[in-house]
Amino acid sequence: MTDALDTASEARPGRASARRRGTGRAGAALAPYLQAAPMALVFLIFFVVPLAATIAVSFWQYTQYSIEPAFTAQNYGDVFYGCVANLPQLCTTFLTYLSTLKFCLSVWFTTLVIGFTIAYFLAFHVRTLKVQVICFLLCTIPFWTSIVIRMISWIPLLGRNGLVNQTLMSMGLIDAPLEGLLYSDFAVILALTHLYALFMVVPIFNSLMRIDPALIEAARDAGASGAQTLRFVIVPLARPGILIGSIFVVTVVMGDFLTIGIMGGQQIASVGKVIQTQMQFLQFPLAAANAVILLAAVLAGVWALLKLVDIRKEL
Amino acid sequence: MSDAQMVELASVTKRYDGALAVDAINLKIKAGSYCCLLGPSGCGKSSTLRMIAGHEDVTDGDIMIGSRVVNDDPPAERGTAMMFQSYALFPHLSVAENVAFSLRMKGVGRKERLERAARMLDLVSMAEYADRTPTQLSGGQQQRVALARALMTEPSVLLLDEPLSALDPFLRVRMRSELRRIQAELGITFIHVTHSQEEAMALADLVVVMNDGRIAQAAPPREIYNAPRTPFVARFIGGHNIIEDNGRTITLRADDIDVLPAGDATGARRRAQVSEIEYRGPDVRVGLETEAGESLTAVMGERAFFDSPLSPGASVAIGWRPEAAHELSRDA
Repeated sequence: MTDALDTASEARPGRASARRRGTGRAGAALAPYLQAAPMALVFLIFFVVPLAATIAVSFWQYTQYSIEPAFTAQNYGDVFYGCVANLPQLCTTFLTYLSTLKFCLSVWFTTLVIGFTIAYFLAFHVRTLKVQVICFLLCTIPFWTSIVIRMISWIPLLGRNGLVNQTLMSMGLIDAPLEGLLYSDFAVILALTHLYALFMVVPIFNSLMRIDPALIEAARDAGASGAQTLRFVIVPLARPGILIGSIFVVTVVMGDFLTIGIMGGQQIASVGKVIQTQMQFLQFPLAAANAVILLAAVLAGVWALLKLVDIRKEL
Repeated sequence: MSDAQMVELASVTKRYDGALAVDAINLKIKAGSYCCLLGPSGCGKSSTLRMIAGHEDVTDGDIMIGSRVVNDDPPAERGTAMMFQSYALFPHLSVAENVAFSLRMKGVGRKERLERAARMLDLVSMAEYADRTPTQLSGGQQQRVALARALMTEPSVLLLDEPLSALDPFLRVRMRSELRRIQAELGITFIHVTHSQEEAMALADLVVVMNDGRIAQAAPPREIYNAPRTPFVARFIGGHNIIEDNGRTITLRADDIDVLPAGDATGARRRAQVSEIEYRGPDVRVGLETEAGESLTAVMGERAFFDSPLSPGASVAIGWRPEAAHELSRDA
């Protein structure tokens, strides 16, 4: 979105100066718009139109066999049915959001710890650019295969007779296979962390690379211990990267239905899963209403994160 | 402030992956003196400073501060503080918190540390900028803050890594006298790395000229200027003419060369042609080409020059008083 806005704002001075030069330069005045057009078109077709359609459909009516254009808030009412009346008991929607939020926070925490550690190692312990590039490529290798394959590859490891259980049993650490390894919250968090840790590594690494090494020496010179340097110098300066990574992870996990579905054995509720189920039953207006609410929830989260850092200064 | 301490280097050596940066240098810097490490880039002056600061390991030899060998001590325990070339102010902290950083690391409470920082900012005339962030300051202001932050640790030795190189010439001269004033006021040892001979002359009690990882000469500025030990030192500090005379290598200060009328027989030691005239305000620089093909530079007072002006191509005789010739030893 920012890209589109930027190109648009860049186009304006071009037009103004062309106008000042006279009317004979209509082509020159158009040029910036033409340059911005491809990206604007992509955004229009693949972002603005679908979003507008989703919002429109969320106000439509549906029956078991038909969908009719209308303007009704019925779908939104259905989503929050009984949510206020039955308080303090939580309705299904709230419970689903709570469950999704729980995954979101857990995965955010694990990717943050892992991502920061890897980024710190790459930025401060790997000395040459060449080795840094090699390590970085190693981190991206998993992305050469599809998300589904990366998830499914956990199954032989975590299953009842999987590698982990077999190893633990042959070592004599457990008598019976552990049940909670696969198709559980643990499996979901593990897979999501595995899938999205790199989204945290890249922006944090970028932030860390911008830290002048002299700052770390200056901290040491002033008597800061390693932990104090980390806490008072490195982490505050890595904050933009941490926040950008957090936005990536939070938005992706909030909308996830595939991973939670597969790794949760189709037994764990998530907002994405709810939307997917409703679409399977052709309840498009209801699914659209859910999607709009999810979008609003995610945007609110992102807005809150952006309050903490001026992202434009960092990009 | 702590008492000033003397700094002594005993055959200190620094090697980077086999490349020799500092080659077994010996140096004694008196407590409370202002020492300048002077040399071209890559001469090892910065490595030497960073080893004294503790930001670089010593490959071989010993560094003593006071009566203590500090080779293995972390920077904060050496009683040194460093002012970095880029100032290295923490961009996320206010000016006051930057200055108070070392106190915060020691666990001093917010109120006390900000009070003490305010007093230190007063010393460098930056008190009214306490609440700004470093990016809102000019280069000269950032430098004062960096100085205040370094002094906050109450060092007995202050290390300055090319502190004036990023400033414009006007500010540089002003900060120079300010550094000198603060050093005199605090009475602690200053070690200052620079590649500007003018800066070293103006500031130092002891100038250490370095070349290729070794000390070419360590002496007070007047001695360096009047009696450079080697051709390298003479060339580097400038204003010198190095020539062969009767089998000796001698140097003549540019302002010691007498440009005489071509017919002068008594004082003439060389015949030469004027190759270049450069007017510089207080004086005039005259480029000379001798018959033997040596290039010399004479500097004449503005009035003296225009009493009998020369023009390029003129034939002249040049001479000098015997005591003006200073014999050099070979470059080490």
